[in-house]
Amino acid sequence: MAYFTQQLINGLTLGSIYGLIAIGYTLVYGIIGMINFAHGEIFMIGAFISIIAFLVLGILGVTWIPLALLIVLIATMILTPVYGWALERVAYRPLRGSPRLAALITAIGMSIFLQNYVQLVQGARIKPMQPVISGGFEIMREGSFTVALSYLQILIFVVTVVLMVVFTLVIARTELGRAQRACEQDLGMAALLGIDVDRTISLTFVMGAALASVAGLIFLINYGVIDFYIGFLAGIKAFTAAVLGGIGSLPGAMLGGLLIGLIESFWSAYFTVEYKDVAAYSVLVLVLIFRPTGLLGKPDIEKV
Amino acid sequence: MAATPAIKPFDFPDMFKEAGAAAIVVFALAFAMVGFRTEPVPGGLGITLRFADVAMASVIAFAGRIALILLREGRPFPVLLTTLPFAVILGALLLADQALASENGSGFEPVLPFSSPVVNWMIVIVAAVFAGRAAWAVRHARSTVTAEEREATMDRIGARVQQVARYAGPLLIGFALVLPFLPIADRRLLDIAILVVTYIMLGWGLNIVVGLAGLLDLGYVAFYAVGAYSYALLAQYFDMGFWVCLPFAGIMAAFAGILLGFPVLGLRGDYLAIVTLGFGEMVRIILLNWYKFTKGPDGISGIPRPSFFGLPFTRYPAEGTVSFHGFFGLTYTPLDRIIFLYYLILALALATNVFTLRIRKLPVGRAWEALREDETACRALGINPRNTKLTAFSIGAMFAGFGGSFFATRQGFISPESFTFIESAVILAIVVLGGMGSQIGVVLAAILLIGMPEFFRELHQFRMLAFGAAMVLIMVWRPAGLLAHREPTLRLSATKRLAKAVP
Repeated sequence: MAYFTQQLINGLTLGSIYGLIAIGYTLVYGIIGMINFAHGEIFMIGAFISIIAFLVLGILGVTWIPLALLIVLIATMILTPVYGWALERVAYRPLRGSPRLAALITAIGMSIFLQNYVQLVQGARIKPMQPVISGGFEIMREGSFTVALSYLQILIFVVTVVLMVVFTLVIARTELGRAQRACEQDLGMAALLGIDVDRTISLTFVMGAALASVAGLIFLINYGVIDFYIGFLAGIKAFTAAVLGGIGSLPGAMLGGLLIGLIESFWSAYFTVEYKDVAAYSVLVLVLIFRPTGLLGKPDIEKV
Repeated sequence: MAATPAIKPFDFPDMFKEAGAAAIVVFALAFAMVGFRTEPVPGGLGITLRFADVAMASVIAFAGRIALILLREGRPFPVLLTTLPFAVILGALLLADQALASENGSGFEPVLPFSSPVVNWMIVIVAAVFAGRAAWAVRHARSTVTAEEREATMDRIGARVQQVARYAGPLLIGFALVLPFLPIADRRLLDIAILVVTYIMLGWGLNIVVGLAGLLDLGYVAFYAVGAYSYALLAQYFDMGFWVCLPFAGIMAAFAGILLGFPVLGLRGDYLAIVTLGFGEMVRIILLNWYKFTKGPDGISGIPRPSFFGLPFTRYPAEGTVSFHGFFGLTYTPLDRIIFLYYLILALALATNVFTLRIRKLPVGRAWEALREDETACRALGINPRNTKLTAFSIGAMFAGFGGSFFATRQGFISPESFTFIESAVILAIVVLGGMGSQIGVVLAAILLIGMPEFFRELHQFRMLAFGAAMVLIMVWRPAGLLAHREPTLRLSATKRLAKAVP
């Protein structure tokens, strides 16, 4: 039971990261119907900007952890979305309305480009970082095995829940959210009714990138090591999460993220850690074959 | 054209505002990622500052944006007057810098915009492109090309290339046949040629799936891996030779294609792409972790080399056998084996090409292309989409399997490292760049994308960056691919039809 609880906690931590990234996929898919394959790289860039911000703060002598974390969070949430915005402006906007495969190839090209750009400007080596937050609670003890809930994990849960509540409210209550929902239903009609469609789509990319950058920061402080390649795997798993939850659905993305995190964590714990990625890919394949609309998605009818 | 363009009143503050916005965006993009470089130092990471590069990038973005606006607003003269000298002077400086640097170790570094010569050259190229566009605008007295005009021009170029290919194709093949005996052919050139032809073959194989059937396969490398491992494992466990294994490798790969394709080929295009990506990675992970069978990350070494009808390419053949040079009474050179490998892959590639060209004219080939254009219409006409797609998928996979077993025998060593997603992306980039469905386009793209970086080692670290950028630019510019030109495979000629109608 103790082992199970520990895996549950670890899985939920991992799931928070996937959920935050998956929201970016789901928002973009909902509005313009394309798979933003480069979204994983935005997450990776968020992690890099976070580590750079930590290092700069260390040099400047900001050592009080809460302040440093807050500054890093703000820095990465401001600088990373610029990449999301530029990505849409440069690569996706000219292709709006072209076939889906053209958009997907562009997204793959952009993903390769961003990966290699980061490799060139930051070097190919892995970037290690000292743990920022240590310590935690001991919530259960069974024989010699203790279940730990670290302060870091609590922080991750709190940040994830707060962000998800905020973004759900943004989409449900604000004018921007209303515009986004209108664009999701019908781009042309929304434009006719005076909604600035380009601006709405840009802001959607900015929102997705902001959440992915927080996921990058969480990844960095949770694992303490990043490289230019982390975006690929995390991106695919988050996409799997978005598909599992029902692509286009915001609560679905969160649910899917948590489920993928749990599946991965339990698979590693009870079966083989080597095949944990295979487990995630299998979920993707099975969901797409048997329930392409996901758990919470609406059926997608292809019109001729 | 005689008409002078109408000069609109020009809004300078607006122009500077737009250019300023571009500069600010570039600054924000570059500030953290380029400005601070994380360097490993004892005990963690350190930071080196590179704000000069950030500032330079912002300035260039500002100037470039102004040039774009001027072109858009129909004022190409100032652009031509500034970009042309800029490109010429910077290019000359770079050349002089290279000459000086090779002579006495230091050149004009302080006056060059960036520290990396490749980035400097890219700026020269961009400036030259601007100058070219401005010159075109001055000559034609207008600065914008409509999308239809551009499409028509590119289509004409594609058609012209295909026409030329009819004559140039045999010439190219002839050149490829005599290449090993030309005086320029040394070991390095032949190695590069083998690599390029391998990618041409893989590109042609993937072209069946992507170009003809319109299925975006992001896991093509999985079948390449299946082919390579089929041969390597058969050779290791059953001591079988290359020629026996070659068909096996193709069959295994085709079988893998059917196995993986059957459940998922009903999916919509973009989902299918992601699922094939997942399959590709799954195959790699299984090869990596099934240690007992595949030796995992250690890979398989000592894969036997191919023989020439049973004659091995060794200096000292084993007791009781005759080697290639012994049989033909030649003096031994290690180049013989390389030349043989070159002809082997050339034959495989040409077989792929001939097969593709012929099958396009068969009903199944026509069904692929019809399916690519309109799946719903095909269903209405009674074509079974899944089976038709499955044939394309498995035939493409079969050629990847042949290519894979060639790869294994050439390298003599394989490991899962060689079969990553990036490899699939490279092959896809070749197909996309060449123009999906165009056979000659694949050749040109493979020479450009694989051959060039091999010759210019400096470009190597920029290679994948350029791949990504090229895929984006081509899709933005011409989603069908650079040299795509679709000739109807069947045409009803008007006279014949009339002759039949009026007996």
